[in-house]
Amino acid sequence: MLKLFKKLKPFTLSIVGVLIFVLLQSLCDLYIPTLMADIVDNGILNNDVSYVINVGVIMLLATLGLVVFSILSNFLSAVVSAKFSEKLRSEIFVRVENFSLDEFNKFGTASLITRTTNDVNQVQMVVLIILRMMVMAPIMALGGIFMAIKTDVGLSWVLFVALPAIILLIAIVLKFGGKLFSSMQSKLDKLNLVMRENLTGIRVIRAFDRINYEKDRFKKSNDDLTETAIKANKIMAILMPGIQIVLNFTTISIVWFGAKRISIGEMQVGSLMAYIQYASLILFSFVMMSMLFVMIPRAAASAKRINEVLDTDFTIKEASKFKYTDENTKGEIEFKNVSFSYPGAAEPVLNNISFKAVKGEVTAIIGGTGSGKSTLINLIPRFYDLTEGEILIDNVNIKEMPQHYLRNKIGIVPQKAVLFSGTIKDNIKYGKEDATDEEIQYAADISQATEFISEMKDGLDTYIAQGGKNVSGGQKQRLSIARALIRKPEIYIFDDSFSALDSKTDAKVRNSLLSETKNSTVIIVAQKITSIINADRIIVLDEGIISGIGTHKELMANNEVYREMASSQLREEEL
Amino acid sequence: MADNNRKGPGPGGPMGGGGPVEKAKDFKNSGKRLVTFFKPQKNRIILVFLTSIISVIFSILSPKILGKGTDSLVEGVKTGVINFEYIKTIITYLLIMYGISALFAYVQEYVMASVSQNVVRKMRDDVSEKINKMPLKYFDSHAVGDVLSRVTNDTETISMTLQRGVTQIISSFVTIVGIIIIMLSISPLLTLITLVSLPLSMFAITFVMKHSQKFFKDQQKKIGEINGHVEEMYSGHVIVKAYGKEDKSIEQFEKLNKQLAVTAWKAQFFSGIIMPLNNLISNLGYVLISIVGAILGIRGIITIGSIQAFLQYNKQLSHPIAMLGQISNQLQSAVAAAERVFEILDETEEIHDENNALELNNICGEVKFEHVKFGYKEDVTLISDMNITAKEGQIVAIVGPTGAGKTTLVNLLMRFYEVNSGKITIDGVNINHIKRNNLRHHIGMVLQDTWLFNGTIKENIAYGKENATDEEIIAAAKAAQAHHFIKTLSEGYNTVLNEEGTNLSQGQKQLLTIARAFLSDPGILILDEATSSIDTRTEIQIQKAMAKLASERTSFVIAHRLSTIKNADLILVMNHGDVIESGTHKELIKQNGFYSDLYNSQFSS
Repeated sequence: MLKLFKKLKPFTLSIVGVLIFVLLQSLCDLYIPTLMADIVDNGILNNDVSYVINVGVIMLLATLGLVVFSILSNFLSAVVSAKFSEKLRSEIFVRVENFSLDEFNKFGTASLITRTTNDVNQVQMVVLIILRMMVMAPIMALGGIFMAIKTDVGLSWVLFVALPAIILLIAIVLKFGGKLFSSMQSKLDKLNLVMRENLTGIRVIRAFDRINYEKDRFKKSNDDLTETAIKANKIMAILMPGIQIVLNFTTISIVWFGAKRISIGEMQVGSLMAYIQYASLILFSFVMMSMLFVMIPRAAASAKRINEVLDTDFTIKEASKFKYTDENTKGEIEFKNVSFSYPGAAEPVLNNISFKAVKGEVTAIIGGTGSGKSTLINLIPRFYDLTEGEILIDNVNIKEMPQHYLRNKIGIVPQKAVLFSGTIKDNIKYGKEDATDEEIQYAADISQATEFISEMKDGLDTYIAQGGKNVSGGQKQRLSIARALIRKPEIYIFDDSFSALDSKTDAKVRNSLLSETKNSTVIIVAQKITSIINADRIIVLDEGIISGIGTHKELMANNEVYREMASSQLREEEL
Repeated sequence: MADNNRKGPGPGGPMGGGGPVEKAKDFKNSGKRLVTFFKPQKNRIILVFLTSIISVIFSILSPKILGKGTDSLVEGVKTGVINFEYIKTIITYLLIMYGISALFAYVQEYVMASVSQNVVRKMRDDVSEKINKMPLKYFDSHAVGDVLSRVTNDTETISMTLQRGVTQIISSFVTIVGIIIIMLSISPLLTLITLVSLPLSMFAITFVMKHSQKFFKDQQKKIGEINGHVEEMYSGHVIVKAYGKEDKSIEQFEKLNKQLAVTAWKAQFFSGIIMPLNNLISNLGYVLISIVGAILGIRGIITIGSIQAFLQYNKQLSHPIAMLGQISNQLQSAVAAAERVFEILDETEEIHDENNALELNNICGEVKFEHVKFGYKEDVTLISDMNITAKEGQIVAIVGPTGAGKTTLVNLLMRFYEVNSGKITIDGVNINHIKRNNLRHHIGMVLQDTWLFNGTIKENIAYGKENATDEEIIAAAKAAQAHHFIKTLSEGYNTVLNEEGTNLSQGQKQLLTIARAFLSDPGILILDEATSSIDTRTEIQIQKAMAKLASERTSFVIAHRLSTIKNADLILVMNHGDVIESGTHKELIKQNGFYSDLYNSQFSS
């Protein structure tokens, strides 16, 4: 938390301003009861009308000052908190955008989203509250105590009884209530989970006729939550009446003991009235401060999560001196004894991988789940940095190239097709900003997307909703292929990119790609042998090790792993 | 999955009061309906009302009595003798009154705690009940997050408002009326001063509130936009990196972020000045009362104690007035929330089972589609005239491109959707004449989209049959080739699947759903073969298990795999919602039509 607050430094001036205005505001606030006491003691009791009016005017001025200062402090604190969170949010976002997949996956998408949005909001709120109330409360409390003692020292002990009483009350309620509230939260999560399962599994629930079972499950969870909530609220019910009672009993005590002091001439009636008001100011300041203890832990959790993001170092760093490939580049990729382990993992995912993929040829990588296929291709655009060995493109180590330069050479179609909100055209153009309409049309043609695009109402200008919700999985994949095609890259990487296509479309796409990519290096990752049977080179990965390289025929002849895969996937006559 | 899609509240003003207000569409009727939920707790609510009124009355009477004490003190100062006996009596009265007030305030909150929670509990249960009666159509066209948010967030809003709001309305109202009456009884002139400031403060508050709400709405919108951008960019992180678009994404973010910061400070500022403004007006009243009161006091028209009481009343008044301003907003959003819950409760339900609907005990498993016509939307026909006959024990493979209507067949057979015309029969009985749960009891289903819940493996398998014994469960797991991997888990059958189900692979999950179907042992089976993301060994296991499961009953297999298709007794080739070809593998290949085309493109490249 404190660490984040260091980022408030640029706003020092404004924060000092807030402090000054709050101080002035509090002074006005504290001054008013004294003035009132003066009116009573010197004005009314002496029947002095002009005194009353004079002091009254000062009182009016103090009131106005109070408002002006509080509006000013409000203005500054609103600006500071908004600017602060803007800065924080931007720092996080920029950091995350520069994360490699390694750092990114350490947190996970959902968690990073909450950290950038909700957590920042939480912190912003706390900054605002601290500036607005928590600064004021101690000033008011101290000022109130000072004024009270100044008004009458003899009554101070009343405060010393009342204060601990109210602190104790709040502490007890928060301790018991707080526990229940956090258990309420986890029960709410549970209820959410049951309902979510009910909704996502509705077909299965009905198919197995388990409606009543699910209803009971929900009811039980609901009852559990409700009982806890009732208990928590019942405890919280003590808080307000309790504070009231302390406050009122304090007032009564002041009147009683004040009366005694008045009778021996040590105090005046006006002072007594002022004293009562100071007492309530002080107690309320403490109630306000206690809110801090509720707010801070929640925000501290958010602050910690934000700091985790900001403190994460980039594992992938740019080289100090860049090297570039030849002008007439070819896009030849060479893996030299490449090994890779995920950070903290005991076993390497890839072990001593060496192969070459050359221009105009299709290199396929095949293997079961967990064999390291996706990891392998993620190394090429430096989404991860390899642990040992080196990867060369046209004889230049990829670590020595600028990251943007490297990635610009590559057209990648990932397993999970991701589209962005915007028109279909925007999405294809994502691969090449200055693409002409002809180029876009051509890319759509090759990826077999033209047919379904033309069936849409607005054609290429059809708007894709966030997450691509309004297009099917197969359509998404075709658009993401078009996006890669439009770059005309030296290297194509297809990571299981045809999985959502039906077999007919799959075959068509693959056919048209063949001629389009003949001047590039193509790497295809696949699960099914049928889709790569004609590749120039098939690399069989088995648990992170290359178990064989060759054509389909060669591998059928001499690779056990490949043959096992083939026999489970192909019909007999093809074996 | 769309998580709670409605964006949570942004940084609201800590003093509240300025937040965005959602207006209910039909406040009157929805409000009335919300009230009906309170009916079962009428007695408690009456108790809450009574205690709240008593508590308020005692708390507003006390300043007047305290004032009398002050008067007696002043009298004492003037005469030199303070009447301690009198003061003692007054203080005893005050102690009792404050005590009673606090006690009743406590009772009121205590009782209200269960009232509001019970209302919300009932609402949630109603929704849960309702959800089980709604047709699948609703869930296919509504995001999970949306329904979820109604069940949790919206009901939470309602309970919070009820807990505080309802009693606050009563106590605020009683306070205002009561204080004005007492004030009048003390001094009509001073009351006039207070009453002039009253509408003034109301006016000021509503004025500022209106503005701050506008800014809050803007802020909410901006937060939504920025969240959307963040979500999108993070979900597409790989693509952003691959295409080197980090800078562009940051640029866009900075733009939104700047806009957000501007609306944010405006919203905060305006909501923040509600309090000072309210204080200003109350303080002005305070000062005026002090001055005018003092002058009146000098003239001997009122006493110092009365001035003191008045000052206290003036302070006490400002709170409920500010409250009333906020409560109307809170009520608005609570009713709006309730309205969203009611929307679910009002959805049309599945057609009820016919009165004399049948229950079949044992079925042979002959399934017929006769002239079935169906469309998801009323004016768009997907299936125009479908005729299929699956004989007892046959395996029927359904093939065709994506979107050809394969899943629709499942939806119709399970009566998740109702046919528009024509009929589907099982053993010659129209399925519309069979009780739904009985029909579904006879049909097993293994879908690609596995559904397992947060419970043990045993419980998940046992889902297929109520009161299944351990032996039956293990036998089913064995038949599904799942027994082996379950045994390798640390807790075996008692392993708890975590919420995201990440402690099992996709293939293992599929095996569990197959085991579930084995356990339920249905007369008719629907199988949706997995297409991808399963490793070869598990895939072989799944195929074996599925083949075994299918061989013992009439089975519909949505097929992606050659072996299944070739062994099928009947292959239905679907395209654009129609069965365009049907026959055995050999017959269809001979026809040299769509199927042979499909077949050749799929299995050789």
